[in-house]
Amino acid sequence: MPAILVENLSRYFNELKAVDNISFEVKKGEIFGLLGPNGAGKTTMIKMLTTLLWPTKGAAKVWGFDVVKQKDEVRNSIGIVFQEPALDNRLTGKENLDFHARLYGLNKKIRKKRIKEVLELVELENKRDVLVKDYSGGMQRRLEIARGLMHYPKVLFLDEPTLGLDAQTRHHIWDYILELNRKEKITIVLTTHYMEEADYLCQRVAIMDFGKIVAQDTPESLKNILGGDVISIEVISPEKAFEVFKKLPWLKKISRHNEEINLNVKEGEKKIPLLMKIDQKKEGFEIKSVNLRKPTLEDVFLHFTGKTIREVEAGRNGGDKVMMKRRFRR
Amino acid sequence: MKSNNFQTVYIMWLRELKRLWRSKSRLVSTLAMPFFFLLFLGFGFRSGFNLPGMPEGTGYLDFLTPGILGMTMLFTSMFAGLSVLWDKEFGFLKEIMVAPVKRSAIILGRIVGGMSTSLIQGVLILIISLFIGFKIANPFGIITALIFMVLISAGFIGLGVAIASKMEDTQGFSLIVQFILFPTFLLSGAIYPLANFPGWLRIIAYIDPLTYGVDGLRASLIGFSQFSIFFDLFLLLIFDLATITLGSWLFSKTEV
Repeated sequence: MPAILVENLSRYFNELKAVDNISFEVKKGEIFGLLGPNGAGKTTMIKMLTTLLWPTKGAAKVWGFDVVKQKDEVRNSIGIVFQEPALDNRLTGKENLDFHARLYGLNKKIRKKRIKEVLELVELENKRDVLVKDYSGGMQRRLEIARGLMHYPKVLFLDEPTLGLDAQTRHHIWDYILELNRKEKITIVLTTHYMEEADYLCQRVAIMDFGKIVAQDTPESLKNILGGDVISIEVISPEKAFEVFKKLPWLKKISRHNEEINLNVKEGEKKIPLLMKIDQKKEGFEIKSVNLRKPTLEDVFLHFTGKTIREVEAGRNGGDKVMMKRRFRR
Repeated sequence: MKSNNFQTVYIMWLRELKRLWRSKSRLVSTLAMPFFFLLFLGFGFRSGFNLPGMPEGTGYLDFLTPGILGMTMLFTSMFAGLSVLWDKEFGFLKEIMVAPVKRSAIILGRIVGGMSTSLIQGVLILIISLFIGFKIANPFGIITALIFMVLISAGFIGLGVAIASKMEDTQGFSLIVQFILFPTFLLSGAIYPLANFPGWLRIIAYIDPLTYGVDGLRASLIGFSQFSIFFDLFLLLIFDLATITLGSWLFSKTEV
């Protein structure tokens, strides 16, 4: 039995297909990432899997339980860390955990033991009696992760776990996530629009765009689709350069993005000198800079959708998204 | 499963009390209005003031105090709906909604919690009124008065939760509540006898559930009432049942 089984799941908000006929599986014990720009439908997906939203069509099972017909069983099997904070900031850290533990029916002995355990895991023992409103953003997020773990869930959902956190705190949270996946043998499903986050944490990722999954596999295999290395070249008159590069015999794949041309090649470090031998003056273009790198998931996203994540996000700017959410929330 | 439903009611109740205790400014702000009504109306119309429909020999303060108690219960109870919306805005509602507990346990916890905080505030107003000069006719009446306060509170919490479940944010809620709160209060006979109303307005007053709450409180505290105390009790119970059912149903259908 897979930890999560999603079959042809859809959710529409009036005309908007937030999640459009998606199927995938999450294996037990793995860290699975839903990757995509804001507005791709990741949060809607998570909300359906956690029984907060009803699917319009299709079915999903979490730990073998149907998310529509067996809500309570699903709820018992999962822990969630929401995208926006969901703490009572007039209660202390410990009180928030105690509140949670009682909702999940843990008895007094287990409550006490578990509160201590999870607070130690996220290193908040010394803040347990401080009101949550006096916590920093990173501390609140850690407390939420601790709370998600309180009732020994089988599957932990993390919706954008490091959104809005600084780089240092982000790495800290990543370590917690990896550690609890190891220590508690817990299956983790996370959504993110940070490519490096998915790359660092996830054993498998599904890339989402406009409510659909455009690709899913391990980050390694996805990057291997692109083949070897990426040489990014910034050029003046990229149209001409594109025509010239296209004919290079050792080229595996080429794509152009405004001023930037990406070449997918094997052993990129040996190909750069070859590029330099091309007579630029004669061909009518000029190379401004060359950059060699291993492909990232960002390149994979570009490969499958024809645009970069940053562009997608700029197109659907944050304000619009909030408006849409408010309007469609009912 | 059974035990965590009970735990849910308990922890929701405890949370309301803790929140009230930690936000004393909220306590002051909700108590300010009934306090000023009591003080200024009570003193303003103190001596020799007798409206038609008021019992002979009863001072206006004695007539007014049960009405203000009803008002306190009304205002503080509608705030329970506001706390649903606060939880929605601050995201905490999601934490509650994904828990494997019955929606009815959640709403019961809210009602019991809201009732307790309202009752605390009502009792505070009652104590203040004693200092101002309110005289309770029959000490045992305090017990029935507390019962009436609880019943008024339960009904309006149910109504508040029902409205809040259909609303997106606190602004919309405040607007709607203003339209319900003041007519309900002013039409209930809390500050003047219903006998002064023209016939058509009296009919509206008889639809107002707070009318029976205030009447029951008067019966309990000063031994004067328009209806029988059992009639008041009966109608309030029906009102409670209706709004709590409606509130639970709408709340269980909220998506967050």
